[in-house]
Amino acid sequence: MKSFNLSAIDAILEKHGKAEESLIAVLKDIQNQYGYLPQEALRHVSEKLVVPLSKIFCIATFYSSFSLDPKGKNVISVCQGTACHIKKGEEVVTSLTRALKLGADRKTTSDGTFTVEKVRCLGCCSIAPAVRVNQEHYGLVTQNSVANILRKYGKA
Amino acid sequence: MKVLGKKDLQKLQKEGMTSLYPEKIRIMVGMATCCLAKGSAEVMSALKNDIKKQGLKADVVPVGCIGLCCQEPTIEVVQPGKPKVTYGEMTPARIPSLVACIARGTVDKQSALYRTDKEELPLSGGKHIFSKGAPPKEFKGLQEYSAVPFFKKQRKVALRNAGFIDPENISEYIARGGYSALVNTLAAMKPEAVIAEVTKAGLRGRSGGGFPTGVKWQACRKADGKAKYFICNVSEGDPGIGMHKSLLESDPHSVLEGMIIGAYAIGAKEGYIYISSGYPLGVRRMEKAVADAKAHGFLGKSIMKSGFDFTVKVKEGAGAYVCGEETALIKSIEGDWGEPRQRPPYPAVSGLWGKPTVINNVETLANVPVIMGQGAKSFSSIGSEKSKGTKVFSIVGEVNRPGLIEVPMGTTLREIIYDVGGGLPKGKTLKAVLTGGPAGGCVPKKLMNLPVDYEALMQAGSAMSSGGIIVMGEDTCMVDMNKYLLSFTEGESCGKCTPCRVGVRRMREIITDISEGKGRDGDIELLEKMALLIKDGALCNLGKTAPNPVLATLRYFKEEYQKHIKNKKCSAAVCTSLKK
Repeated sequence: MKSFNLSAIDAILEKHGKAEESLIAVLKDIQNQYGYLPQEALRHVSEKLVVPLSKIFCIATFYSSFSLDPKGKNVISVCQGTACHIKKGEEVVTSLTRALKLGADRKTTSDGTFTVEKVRCLGCCSIAPAVRVNQEHYGLVTQNSVANILRKYGKA
Repeated sequence: MKVLGKKDLQKLQKEGMTSLYPEKIRIMVGMATCCLAKGSAEVMSALKNDIKKQGLKADVVPVGCIGLCCQEPTIEVVQPGKPKVTYGEMTPARIPSLVACIARGTVDKQSALYRTDKEELPLSGGKHIFSKGAPPKEFKGLQEYSAVPFFKKQRKVALRNAGFIDPENISEYIARGGYSALVNTLAAMKPEAVIAEVTKAGLRGRSGGGFPTGVKWQACRKADGKAKYFICNVSEGDPGIGMHKSLLESDPHSVLEGMIIGAYAIGAKEGYIYISSGYPLGVRRMEKAVADAKAHGFLGKSIMKSGFDFTVKVKEGAGAYVCGEETALIKSIEGDWGEPRQRPPYPAVSGLWGKPTVINNVETLANVPVIMGQGAKSFSSIGSEKSKGTKVFSIVGEVNRPGLIEVPMGTTLREIIYDVGGGLPKGKTLKAVLTGGPAGGCVPKKLMNLPVDYEALMQAGSAMSSGGIIVMGEDTCMVDMNKYLLSFTEGESCGKCTPCRVGVRRMREIITDISEGKGRDGDIELLEKMALLIKDGALCNLGKTAPNPVLATLRYFKEEYQKHIKNKKCSAAVCTSLKK
């Protein structure tokens, strides 16, 4: 395992203040920076904030925006809200899974370019079905537009 | 500049008016999340480039959501002395023609939707008249705003500024009467009088069960303890309901002003705005609003020399639907995982860090400045007997004009779906409407005269909840819909209490079996029995309301379940393992 740069974690801790109240904000920043919550980082946070690692693990697994596994370079979040469900959002998942050769247990492409995940509601229900790639939202997604979106993010 | 009283505010109002209604062309581009998803950022940059190229003098301003999501990206153009014109479905390719028309002082008919001759300035009581007398010839052919079916039955109170102002420009908010309610309240009213006014207005929580806001405030004011907290709940996770986010993105100051007034009323010195994860734009705009309010002296120490101190922190959630529940939300702010706890004690007595706390939802708070500005009487003149004011809805699903709307309480579902929403797309017939999300229920076509009113919806087996209206056509299967709603709640259950953790899961398993042709005699009775047990036994409202959608469909669509169980048929052809 390559050695882990703890000074970046210290900077995040510094930014939020070393109070237990800041724990979620600290974990969010780590998640944003690394794309997941590396174990070394969590151990360090536990020591610095004097919070048991078990509690950090509880929080990390309770909230859906945290992940203990690395994600792909581009994270595609497919909305599974009610409006998207009615507008056949499930078919968008199927198209993406097929196009990226993913499966029920495999959410990230083997080259680490894409991760496909289902999310609760992206909040732009009037343009259902919707997906979000990293920070960009796309609405009225069809099988054709799935291919276009993937191409935009570098799928050959 | 710090505002110390009415005079300072009037000065800012003037500034804001010149920004809102400049002597040159003003072009407003809708830039909320939905608009952005449909390409409004590209439209904006194309617009700026073309204006520069053609040497036109114009202010190009980002605004929030005008609600007409089906026509996005939208642009509104005001040329001095002429009606405002709204354009829809803009693309970068359509920009050159639009800019050329603006340069000629005319209308681009290819994408123009309607014109506005005058608009209300809701809090200052005035109107801004864009063009006096008859509109110029080229504008005449366009429908006037007040006649546009989408807006005709709407009444914008909470959304009064959405789409009109640049959400990041505090002076435009002030120009439309913003912060005047706060200034007047702090100058002339005791906290008790504020609570009395809000109680008299009949304002009820715009999420959940519609608890009277004034009563909540009063309980917290009376509670022992010096340290009290005021929390604004923006953790809408309800699937299919994007409205809270739109309000925050379009007009953050209206929420903030309501919150400051509320904090003054209950005696809180600190406040939190808790925004669920995944809405970066809302967080950014709210943070900017807080910073601007602070710079103008609306937040901080002794606000407007009244001796009242109040500071606000914006907190972002990390993705958990249950954190919309008050006690779970509190735990999340404290840095913990969001598990609800038994109530009482209610947060008004023992909330954040064990101190008395009020938690109000965004829409509720956006109404507060209107009540304080125009009086309880004016507010309560809108609505039905027990549900006062208006309600914001996100209307989506199988409907011609999905969007963000606001109607007086008491408006019927039929009016919302057909008059505002334009009915169902061609070839689709209405089957049911889901209101209240996973806590509500599907009501059938025959109940379309049902008014939006807390009690009426509850009696029909549905709920107001946070205001989603999801229109479903004949090709929706009620069994599948409930499988979906229950799997949502199952996934979001925190797992603390057994009725919710195990009960909801069992219900979902039974319904899944039914949808796969494995239903058995007695399943319906079992579902009914379990639903009532979960309603009684679950710890928090997530669990208590989880069976609602099942109960509602068993009430109105029992036959459909029976067909699935006995004849192994799904007439909507959604359940793929069954025959049509």
